[in-house]
Amino acid sequence: MLMPAAVWAQGFAGLGEAAEGFAIPSADPVFEFPADDGAHPDYRIEWWYITANLTGDDGLDYGLQWTLFRTALAPAEQDGWSSPQLWMGHAAVTTPTAHYVTERLARGGIGQAGVIAEPFEAWIDEWEFSDSDEAARLRAAGSEFAFDMTMKADGPRVFHGDRGYSVKSASGQASYYFSQPFFDIEGMLQLPDGNVRVTGDAWLDREWSSQPLASDQTGWDWFSLSFDDGAKLMGFALRGAQVYAQATLIDPDGQTKAYPDGAFTAAPLDFSDVAGRSVPTKWRVTLADAGIDVTVGALNTQSWMETSVPYWEGPVRVSGTHSGRGYLEMTGYE
Amino acid sequence: MLLRVEKIHKTFDTADGPFAVLRGVDLTLAGGDSLALTGESGSGKSTLLHLIGGLDLPDAGQVVIDGVDIAAMDDAGRASMRRGAVGVVFQQFNLIPSLTVSANIAFQARLAGRHDPDWIDALTQRLGLTAQLNKYPEQLSGGQQQRVAIARTIAPRPRLVLADEPTGNLDEDTAAEVMELLLSLVAETGAGLLMVTHSMALADRLDHRVHLRAGRIA
Amino acid sequence: MIRATYAALWGHWWRNPLQLFTLLAGLALATALWSGVQAINAEARASYDAAAATLGEGQFDRLIRRDGLPMTDTTYVQLRRAGWLVSPVIESRVANARLVGIDPLTAPGALAPMVSGDIAGLQDFIAGGGRVVAAPDVVIDGAKTDPAVAAGTAIADIATVQALLNRAGEIDLLIVDPEQPINQMPLAQVAPELSRQTAQGGSDIARLTDSFHLNLTAFGLLSFAVGIFIVHGAIGLAFEQRRGTIRSLRALGAPLRLLIILMATELMTLALVAGVIGVGLGYLVAGALLPDVAATLRGLYGAEVSGVLQLRPIWWVSGIVIALGGTAIAGGAALWKLSRMPLLAGAQPRALAIAGGRTVKMLAVVSGVLLTTAAILAMTATGVIGGFILLGALLVGAALGLPVVLRVILQYAESRSKGVVTGWFWADTRQQLPGLSLALMALLLAMTANIGVSTMVSSFRLTFVSFLDQRLASELYVNVETPTQAEAVVAYTTPRVDAVLPLMSTKLQVAGWPVDLLSARDHATYRDNWQMLFATQRPWDDLHEGAGILINEQLARGAGIEIGETVLVAGKDLSVVGIYGDYGNPIGQAIIAETLFQSLFPDVVPTRFGIRLPVHDTADLVAGLERDVGLPEAAMINQASIKALSLGVFDRTFTVTTALNILTLAVAGFAILMSLLTLTSMRTPQLAPAWAIGLTRFQLGRLELLRTVMLALLTGALALPLGLTLAWVLLAVVNVAAFGWRLPMFFFPWEYARLGGFAVIAAGLAAMWPAVRLARTPPAELLKVFSSER
Repeated sequence: MLMPAAVWAQGFAGLGEAAEGFAIPSADPVFEFPADDGAHPDYRIEWWYITANLTGDDGLDYGLQWTLFRTALAPAEQDGWSSPQLWMGHAAVTTPTAHYVTERLARGGIGQAGVIAEPFEAWIDEWEFSDSDEAARLRAAGSEFAFDMTMKADGPRVFHGDRGYSVKSASGQASYYFSQPFFDIEGMLQLPDGNVRVTGDAWLDREWSSQPLASDQTGWDWFSLSFDDGAKLMGFALRGAQVYAQATLIDPDGQTKAYPDGAFTAAPLDFSDVAGRSVPTKWRVTLADAGIDVTVGALNTQSWMETSVPYWEGPVRVSGTHSGRGYLEMTGYE
Repeated sequence: MLLRVEKIHKTFDTADGPFAVLRGVDLTLAGGDSLALTGESGSGKSTLLHLIGGLDLPDAGQVVIDGVDIAAMDDAGRASMRRGAVGVVFQQFNLIPSLTVSANIAFQARLAGRHDPDWIDALTQRLGLTAQLNKYPEQLSGGQQQRVAIARTIAPRPRLVLADEPTGNLDEDTAAEVMELLLSLVAETGAGLLMVTHSMALADRLDHRVHLRAGRIA
Repeated sequence: MIRATYAALWGHWWRNPLQLFTLLAGLALATALWSGVQAINAEARASYDAAAATLGEGQFDRLIRRDGLPMTDTTYVQLRRAGWLVSPVIESRVANARLVGIDPLTAPGALAPMVSGDIAGLQDFIAGGGRVVAAPDVVIDGAKTDPAVAAGTAIADIATVQALLNRAGEIDLLIVDPEQPINQMPLAQVAPELSRQTAQGGSDIARLTDSFHLNLTAFGLLSFAVGIFIVHGAIGLAFEQRRGTIRSLRALGAPLRLLIILMATELMTLALVAGVIGVGLGYLVAGALLPDVAATLRGLYGAEVSGVLQLRPIWWVSGIVIALGGTAIAGGAALWKLSRMPLLAGAQPRALAIAGGRTVKMLAVVSGVLLTTAAILAMTATGVIGGFILLGALLVGAALGLPVVLRVILQYAESRSKGVVTGWFWADTRQQLPGLSLALMALLLAMTANIGVSTMVSSFRLTFVSFLDQRLASELYVNVETPTQAEAVVAYTTPRVDAVLPLMSTKLQVAGWPVDLLSARDHATYRDNWQMLFATQRPWDDLHEGAGILINEQLARGAGIEIGETVLVAGKDLSVVGIYGDYGNPIGQAIIAETLFQSLFPDVVPTRFGIRLPVHDTADLVAGLERDVGLPEAAMINQASIKALSLGVFDRTFTVTTALNILTLAVAGFAILMSLLTLTSMRTPQLAPAWAIGLTRFQLGRLELLRTVMLALLTGALALPLGLTLAWVLLAVVNVAAFGWRLPMFFFPWEYARLGGFAVIAAGLAAMWPAVRLARTPPAELLKVFSSER
């Protein structure tokens, strides 16, 4: 793709840049649904981020990712080709031995990509994440693979940080951040070796901001873990001059407890050579206050997202005080 | 008088400034006579020979051959004189490398318009060159080369033969042989002979002898 | 020791600056010619690459509307949402530039590289930034210049261009990304009005213009050969002249190894210096010629080549490599000889061997083998590679054979000569031959190249002009954009002119080849003007009976189709009734009857009309169409003006060819001068005896001049058949292999005479100075030969 990496590098590394003219998240947010399921063009960066752990009818484990990123060159929307809203879609399927990735780019204003709150639809080209009364549909395709899934939420949305206001650094940069971690998902994967029917559980992250990182922060390690006992843990550590970590522990019924910086720790145990880089693919993750001390290891250490802005994203397995599975995202390993 | 040289001066430019090689030389030679020109190395004897042969021009003085002052001639006139009236035998590098022995021998006579095949045949036989006629100069020994040079010089029957150490590059036996041939052939044609040599024995065999020292006849 | 030894070696150049100059100048000139030609080729190719990158020409499949009209943004979005990875393009001519609007977000990777870069660059470009990026030869206020943009083109975001052209919501074509998702809806279901044009692989323009580049490449190759001969000669002589120094140094104890290393280092340093100078000169040559080359390509093929020269590594590096490589080859041989030289070998430059030595015999054998190979290849070679091997064998064989042939001629002349001086002249010339051979070989190749390439270019011109006469039979051509316009044109013109000939075309596959299929109306225009290479007795009648097809030579040769065979076109079997020449076209073409065309392709409407009318009525009709039908003037093409344009283009081609002709001859002339100057010192012992026994210096000088001119004339006489053979190989072997069509060959005696004149002048000028020097040699110099001190 021609889209310069620089634009999306701004999406990560550039997240620390000044947010001129863009709206800034503020504390004590009041979310309105379904409006806040839709796009917030006044904010510079936003995403609809779905990850899923799957089991195939062939007995194998699979992982799936569907992401729509929005980045704005200016805090406005406009019809036609002059729209400053740029959209980027990433889709991936991970198997124990392979990792398929594809990417799409589009601009807003002409209908090629966008998000409508009601009836909910997020799309780029023929990819879609749409919701009807019965179930949500999730589709994407590349030149090697495709998937077509249905999802059903089996629990409430959960809000991270202070009721959805998620602080990202000691100096106060923040984003709005909530999740829907209770999706049941099923459908069909089309892979080079054939079609596989799969079932599993999916996790949706919604986040938007204009300047969520401090200028010294270069990347993050983000964990979404679903334990076998029904509890879930979201934790991230932002790497900068100092590590800044936050976590949310989610009860099986959706009750949450947010942990301030210092409670959640993630320490690499093992590294793998991935796409010419050394990337930690085995971690010790602890949340001592909740009695959690687990080892998190990649299902496939080569889950590298070779996209405009490359990063690592893939399914993980959890063992230790708790067992389960989840997803790991690591950015800034360039 | 066949040859009259009067008050010849010649100066060369050298690295150390002008050097006067000849400072007023006079000499004469009658037809049929022979004259030996002797002198130390650098005494100017070769230069004098070149001036007489019309190969170079004196700064002052006259070279008169058969009553004509060659110093007053133009380039073409002197070349014409070299073709017919005068023959020169050098110590080495006499021959035209691109021509065969027979072509070399006939060359000057033909240039002069005095080509006489019978005479050339006779000369070739006298000089023992019959077997070498189709060879090229670089295929001959030094002695053979000088025989060719002599044949070529004598072929147009010049009035005056000039020789510059003609046997200087040859071993003693060959030198004696070649010299005998030169002297007898010159005598047969009745030409005058002026020979530069440093050999007193050889000089003694000629009719006259002059000695050059510091650019003058001693 | 190294310093002392080197000081002694270097001293040679110090005392003989002229030899140093000739060595450097020879190398530099050879490099200049090579790198100049390379620069022109590299520049043109880079321009095509930029065009391919900017417009995706030939690289990507395209979707366009069958009716030729623009599509809407909506169609684009519908396709994207149906799983089609396509990218929109809108384009138009603005002033003299082609303005192209693209979407950098979806354009395939190789497209529009000039837009990539930092975020600021993209932000300037899209989202109302309005940035225009233009080729260096396009002047647009506020545009950023970038050489990666195709010549004559400016690029902007599709939003910018739609706004500039006042064409909001319109798209001209969609580029299809080579990578598509595994699930997508059929095109016919999403956008049935679109048709897909298959990429032709490689750049269209580059393929078209290859025949022109073949000229230049042939020139480059030959100039390289000429250069190698010069370098070889210069270096060989530089070694010969230092034999004395080397002998003394070795006698004094300098190791041979050290001498060889020092001389090799010295040579390479000199080659580097000369190479840099040569590349600089080549740059000047290319800079002077490029505007003409660019104009030629633009007019001949519509290929935009920037007239501005860029410093491209490909050719300046190749220039330096040629200088170093040529020196290494030539120097290697000389050093090898040096390494085998006995310590006490003669200090004099070796007296030039009497002709008849082993060298001549060896040359004769090698040359014979090469020429035999060439003869066999001429009968059997089919491919481009075979053609070039044939060229190589022919040229090298002929060059090596030159001394052998000249020697035979000179021997014959000597045996027939009557006068004594004449005899000596021939004999002496024969003796000079080995020393002059390399320079003469260079002259032979230069003249051969000139004759060959001139013949090719001129033959091309004649063929192309008569081809234009055939193809542009109508007095006026009118292009329309919409069916409505087409109807209006037919309605307006029909009562006013002799005939209106609609021309329809579509692209399809015939016998597995991409083919432009055209329609022809049953009209005398075609019968009277078209000449077939092969045909049935009445091809046009056969065609209009509805079951016949005419195909071009390219298709016939490529697919191996002959008269009478049938081919399948759009589901119908048609019999080939004629094969016609179609020069300059890279792809197949076929013609069927208009009625058949309409029944097979009912959707295709004519967008072009040939109009027959008395020539003097043309201007009135153009004015009428403009006034009453509202056609822009640019949509009407006068046959006469096309022909004038084509001829103008050829004139520029000739300018380039002539300039290169004169340059190669100048280089060959320089080789002769250099050889003569270097031979001068060896000449004195050969000339002095002739002078001493009665030739004047003036005579000798005149003979020296005469000798060189005579050798040049002989060489020129030999170059004529060789050059014609070269042209034949280019036209009948290489061209057929490369482009699928054979150019008829014509002869241009006046052109050859003129070239011969140039060669004699070059040789005469080269010989003039050495001859004058000889005529003015002081007698004292000549007398030194005989002095006993020598």
